[in-house]
Amino acid sequence: MVGLALAFAAGCLAGSVTALLHTKLNIQPLLSGILVMLGLYSINLRVMDGRANIPLLNKATVFSLLQGTPLEESAALLIPTIILLSMLVLLFLFLKTQFGFVLRATGDNDQMVRALGVNTDRVILIGLALSNALVALSGSLIAQYQSFADISMGIGMVIIGLASVIIGEVIFGTTPLLRRLVAVILGAVLYRLVIALALELGMAPTDLKLISALIVTLALSMPSIKAYLIAWKKKHSSPYSRKGGQA
Amino acid sequence: MLIIESLSKTFNPGSINEKLALDNITLSLQPGEFLSIIGGNGAGKSTLLNCISGVYPMDQGRIILDSMDISYRPEYQRSRYIGRVFQDPMLGTAFDMTIEENLAIAYARGKSRGLKPGIRKAEAKLFQEHLARLELGLEDRMKQKVGLLSGGQRQALTLLMATIVEPRLLLLDEHTAALDPAIAQRVLQLTREIVSRYHLTTIMVTHNMKAALEYGNRTIMMHEGRIILNLQGAEREEMTVEKLVQLFGLKSGAELDNDRLLLI
Repeated sequence: MVGLALAFAAGCLAGSVTALLHTKLNIQPLLSGILVMLGLYSINLRVMDGRANIPLLNKATVFSLLQGTPLEESAALLIPTIILLSMLVLLFLFLKTQFGFVLRATGDNDQMVRALGVNTDRVILIGLALSNALVALSGSLIAQYQSFADISMGIGMVIIGLASVIIGEVIFGTTPLLRRLVAVILGAVLYRLVIALALELGMAPTDLKLISALIVTLALSMPSIKAYLIAWKKKHSSPYSRKGGQA
Repeated sequence: MLIIESLSKTFNPGSINEKLALDNITLSLQPGEFLSIIGGNGAGKSTLLNCISGVYPMDQGRIILDSMDISYRPEYQRSRYIGRVFQDPMLGTAFDMTIEENLAIAYARGKSRGLKPGIRKAEAKLFQEHLARLELGLEDRMKQKVGLLSGGQRQALTLLMATIVEPRLLLLDEHTAALDPAIAQRVLQLTREIVSRYHLTTIMVTHNMKAALEYGNRTIMMHEGRIILNLQGAEREEMTVEKLVQLFGLKSGAELDNDRLLLI
């Protein structure tokens, strides 16, 4: 429990650093994130005592909270679900507040938000701190679930997160807000299901990164593919045949 | 009300692209004055508005709004007192949020934004009344995303957002330039209605000479970063677009770029 809270706080800190790099030193947002990740690699190694892998067997975790109760068997499913649903509710309520509105609007159009008297640098700081805190919380849950922490756990996670968001939004829709939040969660589940399916079909685990890359490419190109399909349909439903002559 | 003292701004100083955009501008506005600014490309009209609103830092000069020296305040602080509508209809609203959410953000201008509910029932009702006055049918579409609105509807909404909390100064930067003529006319009408309802001190940049003379109660013409003509009172009443074109040639020693300025 304490571990989760500490991870949350550490994530806040990392997100704040990214935000400051971006807003105060005018480094591009993506590059700011990459820089912080680069630096964190060393920091994580220090936190892990210079070792690349730390086993957490027989350590108290959130999952061991239910030990000795009838729910012990299903702890692995129950606890993440409870945390996920409470985060969903909290995030939904937060995004419906005055500050939540401003946070969402800053993502859309920061110039408008500044023109309405809001310090967007501060909004970006709080937004990045919060989102990184959620990422860190997830990471610490994973470590506790698998009973070890590995320095390379997070590699490729940004892209997977992005893919989950896009898959969810494309398939399940974005309006209203609650639907969008649920869509993102379902997108992440769907992504994992596709990976599991690939493994089930006999793909070698070493090919997983390639599969991930393909899924992400597909997810990112979904809007363009949609547009091509619509254009194709239009072309073929035209009363004038391509060969001409008939019409 | 608004006092601008010897304001200068040079872009890319020291480089080959150096451009003196504002050359020692001094200008003051009375409370409730509605000033229109005309001028060709690169005359400095938009730069002037951007310096007043704090988008660009200025090189020298002072800007006083309601006896506050705002010369060195950041943009977001000035925005507590200054309402703005931009030329690009995309810039004034958050496209992925609903009409009422956009209005709610505007309605909290100048207040701190905490964890209170984004929209209260009473506020939604107020927004609906305001929207109904635009006569664009938006009052029935409050829960729709702004991304679905046309350019003209967005500009009308942005105008409402800029004025729903009465600003001390309203800046309109060619806010009808990107619209087709019919809806541009409607947005100009709305501008006049709203400005006169609250007696707002207003600066409107336009490329439309006829609109510049028709709307507001004072007109200035800019050229190469300077104010070359100041029209008000009887002189402005008798001014026509033809005379204005002549005056421009006389004052600036240059031909007017007809491509940009509408002479209708």
